[in-house]
Amino acid sequence: MSIAALRITKRFDDFVALDDVSVEVAKGSLTALLGPSGSGKSTLLRIVAGLESADAGSVVIDGVDVTGRPPQDRGVGFVFQHYAAFKHMTVHDNVAFGLKIRKRPKAEIADRVHRLLKLVQLEGLAKRYPSQLSGGQRQRMGLARALAIDPAVLLLDEPFGALDARVRAELREWLRRLHDETHTTTVIVTHDQEEAMDVADQVAVMSNGRIEQVGSPRSVYEEPANEFVMTFVGQAHRLGDTFVRPHDLEVTLEPNGATREVMIERVVHLGFDVRVELVDGVGERLSVQTTRDQAELLELAPRQIVYVRPTRHTTFS
Amino acid sequence: MGRYGLRVVALGYLTLILIAPLAMMVWRTAEDLDGAWAAITAPDTIAAFELTLKVTTIAVVVNTVFGIICALLIVRGNVPGRGFLNAFVDLPLSLSPVIVGLALITLYGANGWLGWFQRHGHEIVFATPSIVLATIFVTLPFVVREVVPTLREIGTEQEQAAHTLGASGWQAFWRITLPSIRWAVVYGVVLTAARAIGEYGAVALVSGNIAGETQTATLRVEDAYQFSYGNYAPAYGIAFVLAATAILVLVAMLVLQPKGARH
Repeated sequence: MSIAALRITKRFDDFVALDDVSVEVAKGSLTALLGPSGSGKSTLLRIVAGLESADAGSVVIDGVDVTGRPPQDRGVGFVFQHYAAFKHMTVHDNVAFGLKIRKRPKAEIADRVHRLLKLVQLEGLAKRYPSQLSGGQRQRMGLARALAIDPAVLLLDEPFGALDARVRAELREWLRRLHDETHTTTVIVTHDQEEAMDVADQVAVMSNGRIEQVGSPRSVYEEPANEFVMTFVGQAHRLGDTFVRPHDLEVTLEPNGATREVMIERVVHLGFDVRVELVDGVGERLSVQTTRDQAELLELAPRQIVYVRPTRHTTFS
Repeated sequence: MGRYGLRVVALGYLTLILIAPLAMMVWRTAEDLDGAWAAITAPDTIAAFELTLKVTTIAVVVNTVFGIICALLIVRGNVPGRGFLNAFVDLPLSLSPVIVGLALITLYGANGWLGWFQRHGHEIVFATPSIVLATIFVTLPFVVREVVPTLREIGTEQEQAAHTLGASGWQAFWRITLPSIRWAVVYGVVLTAARAIGEYGAVALVSGNIAGETQTATLRVEDAYQFSYGNYAPAYGIAFVLAATAILVLVAMLVLQPKGARH
């Protein structure tokens, strides 16, 4: 194991941020800590980095217990949501910071910074100041800076949270490729389930200071351990005692005994997908995700009465 | 029209309050340049300038170091009583310098709690140490007041990033914190220096005002004015040097300061 956080508890006054949490991250993997705000995911990451101290529990990195160590002795690369760029330094000096602290020879620093800036596609901007960069560029600089010290683990705290949707998607894909090249053990904190599913090979879902489930993106989506995971990772509707995802609902024009009658409120075209928003006899709302072709075939339109039937559902005891 | 009206009011106000008195003084200095020059170059005046320079330098150094420490405590410290510290730092701004001077005499004078020094030949009152103490007292808030908001604004993330990159607390302070607050420090230093050079009331009480020994430049101006016997050129001349220094410092600030460094 590259990172092991064992039985971590952290309180802020009366608020329990982490409640006896244990999580392990395999060497070379890319793990996402996924949860709503206040679930404790950032606190857990900061405890691993040493930026926050746990009230109880221990942190082991590459087999070494680093619990009492300050962040500078942990060898972790940390990327902040709001970049934490050194505003008074150029891009080059930002990236070189960790190497200068380690008193590496000048030629080595110049060479390494050059290669890192190339890796994050900022070669031409070495002499700029952070204020002259876009948000996406600043965050790439933040990544290069963290990678410069050749960290044992790379920790990213909502790294793309302050960026707009398009840059977010771009950087996400780029991070995945970067990880495939460097194989640095990476943990990314995010509240965006799509981001977690997209980028990670292991997802740890958190809520209220606890880990709800750890598994591959596919397993947390398809075999959620509980109601929280079912509804937080992807959309889900509750039908009686069971939960069903919008794409696991079949729409028919005729009833067949197992179906329920609903009225179409709205048909939303999202490109390949079509979302049909429905309301049933007692006013409960649900939506169906279907294909454009299917929606056209059934000639779905608002105010129409149709019938839905789950093709697949999940029940929790 | 209203725009121009407003400008006239603002300019008129500035002229009347700031520019006219200074201009008048410059005018009078120019009228008797020889007399002014003789007063400026008199040995006692040179000694007064030297004393002011010495006192100002000490006050600036002490209040810069302690100002930064106080600001760090107020913004970052989790010690009890930092709210109290924050409020207390402003005391010299609201307290009359005369009271400061009187308090220092009471404390360090031969009968004061710290009168031991005075009684044993280590003169504090009516000597340079008390002038330094009085000046440090009245200039205490400036660096703190400039640095506190800047420290609040920069937050701690950059320092945290520096720590994760291997920097110790001391390295993070020198390489990240101090460069980030440098313009606030410079501004605080300028205000401290200006106030130290110009301080009169507190110094007047504690210094003893002995020409050539414990007389600062501002005391010298007052002296030259009191004992002018109708010849004001010496007072104008020395005052002109002090005013010119202040204006030069302000201009230097404007030139040195990079665009957008403040606000």
